[in-house]
Amino acid sequence: MSATTSSARGIPGASKDLNVARALGRRRHLTNTIVKVACIAATVLGMVLLASILLSLIWRGAAGISLTVFTHNTKPPGSGGGLLNAIVGTLIQTVIGTAVGTPIGLMVGTYLAEYGRGSPLANTVRFVSDILLSAPSILIGLFVYEIAVEPFGGFSGIAGCIALAIIVIPIVVRTTEDMLSLITPALREAAIGLGAPKYKVIVQICYRSAMDGIVTGVLLAVARIAGETAPLLFTSLGNLNWSISLGQPMASLPVTIYQYAGSAFEDWVQLAWVGALLITFGVLAINIAARLLLRRGK
Amino acid sequence: MSMTSESTRQNASFGNIQARATSTMNPAKIAIRNLDFFYGDHRALKAIGLDLPERQVTGMIGPSGCGKSTLLRVLNRMYDLYPGQRATGQVMMEDTNIIDAGVDVNALRARIGMVFQKPTPFPMTIAENIAFGVKLHEKLSKSAMEERIEWSLTRAALWGEVKDRLHSSAMGLSGGQQQRLCIARTIAVRPDVILLDEPTSALDPISTLKIEELIDELKHDFTIAIVTHNMQQAARCADQVAFFYLGEMVECTPAAQIFTSPKQKRTQEYVTGRFG
Repeated sequence: MSATTSSARGIPGASKDLNVARALGRRRHLTNTIVKVACIAATVLGMVLLASILLSLIWRGAAGISLTVFTHNTKPPGSGGGLLNAIVGTLIQTVIGTAVGTPIGLMVGTYLAEYGRGSPLANTVRFVSDILLSAPSILIGLFVYEIAVEPFGGFSGIAGCIALAIIVIPIVVRTTEDMLSLITPALREAAIGLGAPKYKVIVQICYRSAMDGIVTGVLLAVARIAGETAPLLFTSLGNLNWSISLGQPMASLPVTIYQYAGSAFEDWVQLAWVGALLITFGVLAINIAARLLLRRGK
Repeated sequence: MSMTSESTRQNASFGNIQARATSTMNPAKIAIRNLDFFYGDHRALKAIGLDLPERQVTGMIGPSGCGKSTLLRVLNRMYDLYPGQRATGQVMMEDTNIIDAGVDVNALRARIGMVFQKPTPFPMTIAENIAFGVKLHEKLSKSAMEERIEWSLTRAALWGEVKDRLHSSAMGLSGGQQQRLCIARTIAVRPDVILLDEPTSALDPISTLKIEELIDELKHDFTIAIVTHNMQQAARCADQVAFFYLGEMVECTPAAQIFTSPKQKRTQEYVTGRFG
């Protein structure tokens, strides 16, 4: 029956066979099930790993949390002590690193997306920035050691800030460019069509449209540098005493964790867990706060 | 195609069209002469000659890719944004050729506003959307700005719907409201000419009707050019209609005439739906 209909309508190809259609349908069903199961399994695996990391962090870290952690500096093993100098050192270096790296990254990203699109210079800058993005952070530490530690005769907080800023830049460049490129040309044309000069279009229209994505990029960068150890080992080094001078070696949570976690002293190991917990939840808190602020702004 | 089915089709497409009876045209606000436009080496507009009569509506129709949107983008120099695009010829508004290199394009765009196919509200409040364009060209006191915002929203038939939410985000408006906001934003700058590039193609019928009524109202103050794929819309809104095909302007006649007695065979074939 189907054969006659097909040829009568003049549709090319063999006549329609319902059995073939059913077999194809079964195969698609099977493929669909396999892919679905694989996706769910991968998600579960990821979640389980993540949850176990977080749980052991909370489990081991929460046990050591006390007021002393926030009120006392690091002390020699066996004599108690807290993480105050490391917390403050991390705050200072993260804030300055972000404050220096973000505007530079933002402007480079803006150049790539708005001014240089497709030009050889922009392509080169993008390429270099992407390499920097994936460069091992210890290289950045060594680089800053060469330019800001050796010539000035010693480790310093400012060298740590510079190293962290260098890590921030390519992250912000990439997200800024990506987010600006997502804006439809029609929106830009609409603003330009009203007689707006280009810089106003970028600052008042494009940045606002891309705000969510750009802020996400900056937060990613903050999260990344708050936990960076390698670039600080060669720059701000760490400091067992209280110091907020940018000219002196400066303590930080990741370096303290690095030093404490592998030590033989139980109280130091405990403090390392607390430090890890603090970084993790500090970054989480910043993320949540920024999301809430963005939502209120709308 | 047989004669009977063709005439049925004509009746179907023209049954409810009431084209304007007026055929007198005002003097030209913009006079286009011998205009060529190039995307790189491709000549997209060929020796266009067309007058946009002052405070009347010019409809531009034609199949996709015929150059009608390109022409709009020439009129407010939007093509300047893209390297490799250039125009030659004359587009005279008063005594200036607006495609001359020396023209201040930002000032020009304040006089020739444009509304796009898809609504493009800026990511800010409704009031700020209007104020954005006004602030570019005028220094107004707070109260004068408020008056301007109310005036433009009223003219765009949107005031009643948004007057209680001027300071909430424009992104929360419906598509039709967003498009009227874009029109309000354009007229708030008090241009002489408004270019509309398929302003209703992304809208539902009710919103489309509102925009069409709005165009009818706005032409008392503004010279309007509208690109549309909808023949009925051209018939309803326009005083004169220009038909474009393959980069040429085939003919431009009063709206009533182009649908009932087009001079050119290609025009007739297009308006009767034979191609396009």
